[in-house]
Amino acid sequence: MFSEAKRLSKLALGPVLMLLSAAALAAGGEVNQVNMSPGVTEVGRQIYSLHMIIFWICTVIGIGVFGVMFYSIYAHRKSRGHEPATFHESTKVEIAWTVVPFFILIAMAVPATSTLLEIYDNDDADMDIVVTGYQWKWKYEYLNEDGENVSFFSNLRTPQSEIYNSENKGEHYLLEVDEPLVLPADTKVRFLVTANDVIHSWWVPQLAVKKDAIPGFINEAWTRTDVEGVYRGQCAELCGKDHGFMPIVVNVVSQDEYQQWLGEKQAEAAQIKQLMAQTFTMDELMERGKAVYERNCLACHGGAGEGGVGTAIAGSAIATGELSGHLNIGINGVPGTAMQAFGGQLNDVDMAAVITYQRNAFGNNMGDMVQPIDVFNHKKG
Amino acid sequence: MGDHHHGPAKGISRWLFTTNHKDIGTMYLWFSFAMFILGGFFAMVIRAELFQPGMQLVEPAFFNQMTTLHGLVMVFGAIMPSFVGLANWMIPMMIGAPDMALPRMNNWSFWILPPTFLLLASTLFMEGGAPAFGWTFYAPLSTTYAPPSVTFFIFSVHVLGLSSIMGSINIIATVMNMRAPGMTYMKMPLFVWTWLITAFLLVAVMPVLAGAVTMMLMDIHFGTSFFSAAGGGDPVLFQHVFWFFGHPEVYIIILPAFGVVSQIIPAFSRKPLFGYDSMVYATASIAFLSFIVWAHHMYTVGMPVAGELFFMYATMLIAVPTGVKVFNWISTMWRGAMTFETPMLFSLGFLVLFTIGGFTGLMLSIAPSDFQYHDSYFVVAHFHYVMVAGAVFSMTAAVYYWLPKWCGRMYNETMGKTHFWISFVGFNLTFFPQHFVGLAGMPRRIPDYALQFADFNMMSSIGAFIYGASQILFLYNVIATIVAGKPTSEEKVWDGAEGLEWTVPTPAPYHTFETPPKIDPAHAHS
Ligand code: HEC
Ligand code: HEM
Ligand SMILES: [Cu+2]
Ligand SMILES: [Cu+2]
Repeated sequence: MFSEAKRLSKLALGPVLMLLSAAALAAGGEVNQVNMSPGVTEVGRQIYSLHMIIFWICTVIGIGVFGVMFYSIYAHRKSRGHEPATFHESTKVEIAWTVVPFFILIAMAVPATSTLLEIYDNDDADMDIVVTGYQWKWKYEYLNEDGENVSFFSNLRTPQSEIYNSENKGEHYLLEVDEPLVLPADTKVRFLVTANDVIHSWWVPQLAVKKDAIPGFINEAWTRTDVEGVYRGQCAELCGKDHGFMPIVVNVVSQDEYQQWLGEKQAEAAQIKQLMAQTFTMDELMERGKAVYERNCLACHGGAGEGGVGTAIAGSAIATGELSGHLNIGINGVPGTAMQAFGGQLNDVDMAAVITYQRNAFGNNMGDMVQPIDVFNHKKG
Repeated sequence: MGDHHHGPAKGISRWLFTTNHKDIGTMYLWFSFAMFILGGFFAMVIRAELFQPGMQLVEPAFFNQMTTLHGLVMVFGAIMPSFVGLANWMIPMMIGAPDMALPRMNNWSFWILPPTFLLLASTLFMEGGAPAFGWTFYAPLSTTYAPPSVTFFIFSVHVLGLSSIMGSINIIATVMNMRAPGMTYMKMPLFVWTWLITAFLLVAVMPVLAGAVTMMLMDIHFGTSFFSAAGGGDPVLFQHVFWFFGHPEVYIIILPAFGVVSQIIPAFSRKPLFGYDSMVYATASIAFLSFIVWAHHMYTVGMPVAGELFFMYATMLIAVPTGVKVFNWISTMWRGAMTFETPMLFSLGFLVLFTIGGFTGLMLSIAPSDFQYHDSYFVVAHFHYVMVAGAVFSMTAAVYYWLPKWCGRMYNETMGKTHFWISFVGFNLTFFPQHFVGLAGMPRRIPDYALQFADFNMMSSIGAFIYGASQILFLYNVIATIVAGKPTSEEKVWDGAEGLEWTVPTPAPYHTFETPPKIDPAHAHS
């Protein structure tokens, strides 16, 4: 079918063609790209070829229709002394222009149906990943039959300073995340797509996947590609304030690299499990807490705890007040404000560390510590 | 009936209490123009923010309020009431009736509109801001996660629905009962036909919309869970109900526009409309099909594949009667004797650009491809080609076409043509590049975008400012015509125009056809 599109496009001439074929060559994310990209999957190529076939059908019909129209505008004008004819119906013509388009549509429906069936063929996947939309980030969870499940959040990495124009924008402005989804090449990956709050939609044009993430329901989608590379996408369904700021980055790597990455991730997860049961020293907590703070809290609370979108942590009544109150805000957030519930996003070790850090940095000097077990107990209620 | 032969009452009470179809039509038209300006202002805010990458003017939350209000105001405040206004003015004059069948209800269906839009606009100043969930208001963003102003939004939608239903019943009653003797259905002007069918669509789907917002209200305030999975409900149910209303709604918007150009193209081609009967049947088939295609807006929600296929085939079918209409218009022009006054220019602009919108519609109907198009700027481009270049261009054509009949004065032709060309260029500059960024992967409803989309977005914003500015010229031209246009008293302002409205004096007197006109039985439809 891909070749069909190519043949069609060879037949047609003109500047439009040049414009479009140049665009078709362009991989995704090109500056001033004007056409859909076939992407890096078989389904993507099929979709692209459907897109081009229907585009050319429309173009040819359009040239015919507009050609007749502009000829008529040119030739049948009163200023050229044209006398109006009086004909005003013809059943034969009406039947013709009802029936002919109908058959064109049937011809179009056949390849469309087969591609759709292919998209819907979610069976026999080699691996499953749960994709969960959150306001406003994605969570990825690798379901492994053996060994640890790996799961993490993927947040926008572009700093506020670039968004608000106080710093130059980087190459992947708004399309960069702290932790990308990593996929092995040549593997049928099934996505189980759902959401935690409102409806989102997981869209990576180059992988030809767009699936709505609906709270309470699980949708299936799949992809498979043999082209290693980094593919970028965005949430496609309006999901509230920061809908424009929850990108997707997919890193497709070789099988070996993937296994290595997965191994590291699993070891990390196992280690966290161990750490959960451990007791830490103040220094350990502060060091870890600083890292967690910078990754998760700094954007709103400032590098020196001076505040910003969030309230100041330096000298805050909560950070220098009772421990359980502070812990409660970290875990459950403040509903209705930008302060989200971090309880489901940070593991207990990180939570313990960041709360400890906030209580002892920026001149807060409370001297007390939170251990993972305290977080665990607080969550249990 | 007593004061039949008097002119209009004086002062404000003329407008508050009027039951005259022309007065009410005028109020609808001015009101919809005011809403067009308001909705246009919101659009300018959107395009100004999108002029460059980065956040410059507004915050993301406010940006979402702008897109939402822009959509709602344009659809429910500008386009729909403008065609109701046109129906009020023209339908009685086209079928030889003295007025609408239900004049008091007519007054009421207009006067509940302005306070409703005032209420809707006032949500901007409420705690938590205006609705920010898009004009399609998908749950649960519009229920559990909505700002408190959503309740006012729900109330507004109810009242708008009420107004539309009353307006439609009135049109149905008028067309069915008030036609002059001899004006059979198949002699009615196409504008009347398209409105009759539109009115049935409205009566059928506005209650469904009311149902959707009522379920939202229950979910928000009375603890039900229609749309909340946590309570056993289904967020996708909302989308089915909404689009069962929403797809016919887009035809509610376009069918009267079809009617308008079906009047204007024959007039300036000086040749009868080609294929009148097939135009009527095509309109009816479009209306019927519009009830069974709604889920083409939901290809990515995870419907079973059988459902996808059904909705794909049905949607593709709609292209057939739509094509028939386009072919008929062009055949009408064929071997006519055309002139290109402003109404004709806008109708031709409609014809070209609506056809492009129809093509992209056909592309969108192909479900597998729609997985890439959906919720991207490609869709934004598509529906602006059909709604702005379709509905708004045709409405503009209608105003230029009938304005001399309404006020007995001629508009400035040069200014009218200038308005057309600036609109045409501005419109295409705004929306054509949006096809490109959509195909390249830019999602819709985002306040900021990646750098590779920057050039086309800047182009789009410049085009939008041009299109916006050209409306000031339009407003000026209309006011200048009413106040000081060149007087004309010719009954038939346009030499090629056909129809009963051109048999009454110019300007049309306050009451027309108090005694029904005689319809020449040999004379075909106009
Ligand atoms: C998206 C912005 C944002 C991020 C990221 C964020 N916060 Fe907040 N935070 C806020 C806002 C806003 C408030 C004020 C809430 C209110 O109105 O009470 C707040 C308040 C707080 C408070 C209470 C401070 C006081 O005195 O009122 C604590 C403690 C806190 N955040 C901890 C954290 C921690 C720990 C993190 C990182 C894991 C974090 N926040 C990340 C926005 C944020
Ligand atoms: C040939 C006829 C048409 C076809 C086949 C068609 C098809 C479609 C399809 C499939 C979509 C969904 C795209 C998506 O969200 O992925 C769509 C969107 C839309 N169409 Fe059309 N369309 C046609 C004509 C019209 C007309 C006449 C109007 C209005 C005057 C219109 C207005 C819209 C609007 C407003 C949307 C977007 C809704 C939203 O998500 O906000 N369309 N169309
Ligand atoms: Cu989103
Ligand atoms: Cu639709």
